[in-house]
Amino acid sequence: MDFALTPEQTSFRDEVRSWLAKNLPKDWSNRMRVGSDVPRPEVYDFLRTWQRKMYEAGFMGLTWPKDYGGRGLTFMEEMILQEQIALAKAPPVLNILAIGMAGPTIIAYGTEEQKRRYPAKMLSCEEIWCQGYSEPNSGSDLASLQTRAEKVGDHYVVNGQKVWTSIAQQADWMMLLARTDGTAEKHKGITYFLLDMHSPGVAVKPLKQLTGDDEFNEVYFDNVKVPEANILGGLNNGWAVGMTTLMYERLALGFGLQVRLRIALDGLVDLAKRTKKNGAPATQDPNVRQKLAQMWIDTEVFKYTGARAITKLLKGELPGPEASAGKMMWVEGHQRLQELAMELQGPYSQLGRGSRWAVDSGVWQYSYLRSRANSIEGGTTEIQKNIIGERVLGLPKG
Amino acid sequence: MNFGFNEEQDLLRSTARKFLDNECASETVRKLMDGPEGMTPDLWKKIAEQGWTGLIFPDEHGGMGLGFVDLVVLMEEMGRSVLPGPFFSTVLLGGLAIREAGTDTQKKSWLPRISSGEARATLAWMEPSAELGARGITLQAAAKGTGFTLDGTKLFVHDAHTADVIVVAARTSSGQNPPAGGQNPPAGGQDPEDGVSLFLVPKGTPGMSVTLLPTMDQTRKLCEVELKNVVLGAEALMGQAGSGWVPLARVIDRATVALCAEMCGGAQKVLEMTVEYAKIRQAFGRPIGSYQGVKHKAADMLVDVENSKSITYYAAWAMDEGVPEGQLAVSMAKAYVSDAYRRVSGAGIQLHGGIGFTWEHDLHLYFKRAKGSEFTFGDATWHRERVAQLVNL
Repeated sequence: MDFALTPEQTSFRDEVRSWLAKNLPKDWSNRMRVGSDVPRPEVYDFLRTWQRKMYEAGFMGLTWPKDYGGRGLTFMEEMILQEQIALAKAPPVLNILAIGMAGPTIIAYGTEEQKRRYPAKMLSCEEIWCQGYSEPNSGSDLASLQTRAEKVGDHYVVNGQKVWTSIAQQADWMMLLARTDGTAEKHKGITYFLLDMHSPGVAVKPLKQLTGDDEFNEVYFDNVKVPEANILGGLNNGWAVGMTTLMYERLALGFGLQVRLRIALDGLVDLAKRTKKNGAPATQDPNVRQKLAQMWIDTEVFKYTGARAITKLLKGELPGPEASAGKMMWVEGHQRLQELAMELQGPYSQLGRGSRWAVDSGVWQYSYLRSRANSIEGGTTEIQKNIIGERVLGLPKG
Repeated sequence: MNFGFNEEQDLLRSTARKFLDNECASETVRKLMDGPEGMTPDLWKKIAEQGWTGLIFPDEHGGMGLGFVDLVVLMEEMGRSVLPGPFFSTVLLGGLAIREAGTDTQKKSWLPRISSGEARATLAWMEPSAELGARGITLQAAAKGTGFTLDGTKLFVHDAHTADVIVVAARTSSGQNPPAGGQNPPAGGQDPEDGVSLFLVPKGTPGMSVTLLPTMDQTRKLCEVELKNVVLGAEALMGQAGSGWVPLARVIDRATVALCAEMCGGAQKVLEMTVEYAKIRQAFGRPIGSYQGVKHKAADMLVDVENSKSITYYAAWAMDEGVPEGQLAVSMAKAYVSDAYRRVSGAGIQLHGGIGFTWEHDLHLYFKRAKGSEFTFGDATWHRERVAQLVNL
């Protein structure tokens, strides 16, 4: 057991740190001081530029092979990078679905041509990706999806609808799961496609969330042509490919989530110190101290449970269903954190953006509302518990 | 970075598992907990032969010179078996206190005997006030000639009735003015950490009486130790008079980490028992583990268990490395694991249903151990407050 960095890792950390200190946009750090940091529509352009800058400095795709635009480093460097990003309170990565999911899946399952074509442009943010999994009638029961892809000549024709598709309005590409064999058992007739979002017949309709933002969308396919060459991982093999994506999602987010929780906690502690309770800073109230300390402990626990998972990865083991536990923990912790932020504000928690009385311009109210999605997006907490119960503990399926 | 165990540690785990499964199965635990000593001479001898009583003591004193990350492996296995008896008190309390605070002569005289299993030791620090801080230490040690006279009562003393020597924390003075800028200046302008002294009191010392107390967790034996006009020579004092709190706090921190590891092992075992049962127990025509009401609870238990291990391993590493955030690591671990083991052992009973509430089933051994451990060395609330202080809230 050893948490120390090697000299090479130390110098990498210093390199990241000094680069961030020099290049971090100043006003951003103010915006990041409070609340969580889900990319919001009004900052997409800014985030695109920021990711490009990170890419040019060599800080994107650290663990991806050099041949495909990455740097061929280990998860250790990735973790160091993420930690420095947290400490500097740097902006989030806009193309996160590409970096966290599509890229690793293409690297794992793609043809040489696909591997040379897509990943590098994900890193540079030249091409933004979204995820076409959920449908109006297929959420947790994803394998029941109904969007069809029918073979016509050397291409497929897609018809159907996806929903809850984040950043589809910005996306150039979609990871699409569609049914290619309607007669097969439901898990076996699905194919994973790389779909060009600029194809004729793709219609994106923003959906207003309960936060008031249009962060996610409905996506309609009306006879959309996809070349056969855009199948990833083989015909009717989409379920296996798609599950790999999800595994990487939970793993990649694992690094990021720890960081995001730490950023949010720092913001919360700062809020508590500025908030008066019975004439003194709220941090002097015993009840508040208990709750803040528990948040602090849970954030650290989350970090070390992640470190154990990374140790397994560094030993060459693949990310497994344990990642579900990490996602679940983050969700519970983050929602509790946002609730605590409301509790600290008391009656002021009712005031949102636009009021001169709103605490921190109402940013906490937004992140509080947004946090309700955490236990639904990327697999509901109930589904994560099924995965843990069945695939880690070996309990029988219901 | 490497947050895993090495081959020697893996081997220690498998050896310990095998030994304890053979020597300390449930029937044995039940026999041991029914007796006043919680141990048989034969089993104690076998434990010592494994080298475990000397695991963390230096080679020169007959030990193996290993660290807390190694110890954690062993403690997890002991917790898994709810091992009764004086291992914890001898090694982690009495023995460790002698290692941390003893003079060379005291170490030479006791540590080799503790390492070999020949002598048992414990630590008497808490009093009826149940205060965990230095302020709780009020037992008077008055200077008399070159020696001291001790008067007062110690409570919650592990295995004092079978110990060959007891390390007693006493007050030799009421303390000097606290250092300027101290975080929590004590009332009266005095620093309670100053003036605490540690003494070695051998079994049978005139004036010392030990009473065994009935405990909820019968696998843990707790005592009251009364000292009435106990006269000790200068050689009984450990280190400098008045400066015993620092080593005592180090001992308690380390013992806390070891206790957390024991709790992790117990919680892991409860999870395994429960999952096993949920696979075979049928209700409405199918295994109860197929119902989400059961499955989701089991998933929550897994998260509690895995998180408990993560923070405990980190705290053990922090002890071995002597990093500045060591105390913070200890308190984070104890706060987390105290709640987690209680939740897990409670859920274990719930998911077993009626059979889980019987004396015959082993679950209650874990449930009671969890509750006792929760309040040993500070519960979650106490440690959360310490975390709040250490991170400057």
